Amino acid sequence: MNITLADLIPLLPLLITTGTVVIAMTVIGVKRSYTLTAGITIAGLLIATLSAAYLMPSTNEQVTPLMIVDQYSLFFTVLTCATAMFIAVFSFPYLANLDDHKEEYYLLLGIATIGAIVMVSSNHFVSTILGLETLSMSLYGMVAYPVHSEKSAKFPLEASVKYLVLSAAASGILLFGIALIYAQTGTLEFASVLNVATATPGLGAGFSIAALILVFIGIAFKLSLAPFHMWTPDVYEGSPLPATTYLATIGKAAMFVVLLRFIEASDALVFDSVILVISLVATASILAGNLLALLQDNLKRILAYSSIAHMGYLLIALVASYFVEGSISVEAVTFYLVAYVIMSAGAFGVASVVSSSEQEFDSIDDYKGLFWRSPWLAAVFTGMLLSLAGIPLTVGFIGKFYIFFAGVEAALWVLLAVLVIGSGVGLYYYLRIVYRMLKSADDAHNFNVAVGKNLSSHAVLAILFLLLVVLGVYPTPVVSIIETISTYIL
Amino acid sequence: MILLWLISILFIGGIIAWLSERINPNYPRLIALVTVLLDLLLMFSLLGAEPGDGGWVASVDAGWIPRFGISFYLAADGLSVLLLLLTAFLGVIAIGSAWDEIKEQAGFFYFNLLWTLAGVLGVFTALDLFLFFFFWEVMLIPMYFIIAIWGHENKNYAAMKFFIFTQVTGMLMLISILLLAYFHYVQYGALSFNYHDLLAVQTAGRLEMWIMLGFFIAFTTKLPSVPFHSWLPDAHSQAPTAGSVILAGILLKTGAYGLIRFAVPLFPEASMSFAPVAMTLAAISILYCAKVAFAQADIKRLIAYTSVSHMGFVTLGVYAWNEQALQGAVMTMLAHGLSAAALFMLAGGLQHRIHTRNMTDMGGFWAKVPRMAVVALFFSVAALGMPGLGNFIGEFLALLGAFQANITLTVISAFGLIFASVYSLWVIQKVFQGEYANAEFDDSHLSDLTRREMVYFGAMMIGLIWMGMYPQSFLELSQPVLVELINSTESAIAAVVQN
Repeated sequence: MNITLADLIPLLPLLITTGTVVIAMTVIGVKRSYTLTAGITIAGLLIATLSAAYLMPSTNEQVTPLMIVDQYSLFFTVLTCATAMFIAVFSFPYLANLDDHKEEYYLLLGIATIGAIVMVSSNHFVSTILGLETLSMSLYGMVAYPVHSEKSAKFPLEASVKYLVLSAAASGILLFGIALIYAQTGTLEFASVLNVATATPGLGAGFSIAALILVFIGIAFKLSLAPFHMWTPDVYEGSPLPATTYLATIGKAAMFVVLLRFIEASDALVFDSVILVISLVATASILAGNLLALLQDNLKRILAYSSIAHMGYLLIALVASYFVEGSISVEAVTFYLVAYVIMSAGAFGVASVVSSSEQEFDSIDDYKGLFWRSPWLAAVFTGMLLSLAGIPLTVGFIGKFYIFFAGVEAALWVLLAVLVIGSGVGLYYYLRIVYRMLKSADDAHNFNVAVGKNLSSHAVLAILFLLLVVLGVYPTPVVSIIETISTYIL
Repeated sequence: MILLWLISILFIGGIIAWLSERINPNYPRLIALVTVLLDLLLMFSLLGAEPGDGGWVASVDAGWIPRFGISFYLAADGLSVLLLLLTAFLGVIAIGSAWDEIKEQAGFFYFNLLWTLAGVLGVFTALDLFLFFFFWEVMLIPMYFIIAIWGHENKNYAAMKFFIFTQVTGMLMLISILLLAYFHYVQYGALSFNYHDLLAVQTAGRLEMWIMLGFFIAFTTKLPSVPFHSWLPDAHSQAPTAGSVILAGILLKTGAYGLIRFAVPLFPEASMSFAPVAMTLAAISILYCAKVAFAQADIKRLIAYTSVSHMGFVTLGVYAWNEQALQGAVMTMLAHGLSAAALFMLAGGLQHRIHTRNMTDMGGFWAKVPRMAVVALFFSVAALGMPGLGNFIGEFLALLGAFQANITLTVISAFGLIFASVYSLWVIQKVFQGEYANAEFDDSHLSDLTRREMVYFGAMMIGLIWMGMYPQSFLELSQPVLVELINSTESAIAAVVQN
């Protein structure tokens, strides 16, 4: 098959990101300059974001059998590249004082983004695995990045190795599931997997169910859904904050897009047992995530457990997609992912802004009295936490509304009850952090909250906060975009 | 349009008040006062307005999230106007009670106060159920901050409990709202959260009961009624005075309003078959909380329990669902709003002066603070239902109406009036009469009411006497609305019976 130049245009965001990494690498080879490398990466990601946004209204092409570039994948390409750019901005002051080579970090960040773009555009198992491994490999590096630093107090190596081992095991399970599907259908395209569910030639329904569940479990590992969530808190805690942010936002969102496409394309939910497994995993994740978060005093661990719960909420909408006609459940998943990326990036962003590679402020006691020391940071942080809790005026509320709506239409009463209980428990630990910030400050835990030293990070926080509030009060523009693009999934 | 102005003035005023603190720490309270007075003035223009189609004196309707058929739809009728006036009036009173009490972070305090009021105005006027839920939750967050920042010794626990109770039950209501909207979609082919559209939705049998319960639980948690009342004594005893005033005077009324406007009209059949249960809960609230109030040593907890007891009459009146009972419920809401707010201000004033809420440390204060004692006696007597004051009209009408619906429960509930006299007079006796408090007690700060405080209390006294002597001016406003609600539910039930 010949690839013409015209075929490459839909791949522009991917190519730009790749080009950015190559240029940045060359520049490092010529002259090490931290500012220049970071600048090239941020600029490249910005151009990639804009190109994806430009292509979005008019593009709908299958580029090679491996990648589908439609409005849906371009929407998530925009989200991925923009978030990666924000994280690169957060990383800049964070790593500025690292006593080691620090330019290569941006190469890893760029390569991880390439992987994420491939994942959100994938409708073929080969590209899924390629994207996933590209993303994961770079993340191992990002997680362990400050390992040679003398001052780094955390355990980046432990986190990285833990993530590597468990992630490899998960990939193994995923590949085994894919192999079973291949044994039955002889192809690796998502769309052809439909035969597994409906026709079940050859090896029988039990075989298909086993294959589908293995694939789901492999993905559930990466999404840190209970009971496959054990690695999450340790890895979150041990990683440097920008890497944690990347893992929590892009890592999760890209994986969920793959899961969504796979589930919708394969029609896996026609099997009751698959629905049962997903529902059980959702219930376990919501309960385990929220209950275990109650016991934590470390901000990163709290957010790790809360992310487990949020992935559980998303599964409810995923299950609902089988019972509901129309695209409302897909829209619910999509909107919630957008909301989740905004609020997680914001919450981790606040912690990144006050931390550096030498010292991270990740105990919730560090934030005591923040309301009176830095009202701006406290307001952003409170907004993000209330959004995670699903309180109105924030984008998290609209997201939760979507999930409730999908759940009600699908009549998933048990899962909705779990959602209500989980959200109720969740309020407690989010408000606990908010209450810390409201207390009067004591001097013991103070960190420097001067705004001047990293204005760009504060600007990114301002953008995220603005998105949080504007989409919470007037979500209609994004709602209609999502309504349009969701039709491409079904 | 005016409704939009009423709400946005408060939102904007709150932000200005917060920012103005940088210029001068005294500006926030001034700006807050001016903002709420401006709102109050604007509301008076609603009083003269001719009711339009369906009895709405003002409305605004704009698209918001068309994907779900959600619109920004506010409208006010006589019932809403009464409650809007109560909100703005008590808003002024609350600012007055905070005037000297709140010194720390005053800007943020008045920001929260005004945003709570804005949320409440939204609740009283929203006719799109999504919008209603939106405001229902919006008023929580600033109230949480008021309790958690300016509260007393156990504020974290109280604020958290308040928030979790109302939020979790709110989510049950959200599920119910979504179900209604979904049924509208199934029956009429379009999603809508519009109140008028949802009134037309046919639900039946057990499902209707479940959906109704979602609303009922959310509203009776806010009201509150047994068994969802346990957050209230904590929230009240820990909140600063202005917080208690808003909580008792206004926030509780949003629950009652919800029952009258939404819970019963949307589900006439289920509500009628559920009425005996609701009325039983009301009777239990009245008697049990009166008894518990009597056992309290903390004066704010005591008043909090009496609030639950008085709100029982509202539930009783609403579920009797006839004109007299509903008029009684509305009058009780208004009168209790004033009397409870005044009592909390007195308790707050005492605490501000002597730094305790424990009644065992008090006694014989009459000689020292005669004006305060007289004011306290007036509002206690009002609360116990003395004829000639607003609370009597409300509770009497509620009982009169309830008697037509359920004789046994009405008779039992009527004992609440006797209990009310016992605990009300007991408080006066404990605090103001008898032997002077124990010898070590430092009373150097125990000063009588200032002239400014007398103005606030005087205004509330006039309000209560007005309600008691000439209730007609209030009843006239709410009467057409209530009659319309009763007629529509009756015709709905009749239609079902015919089928």
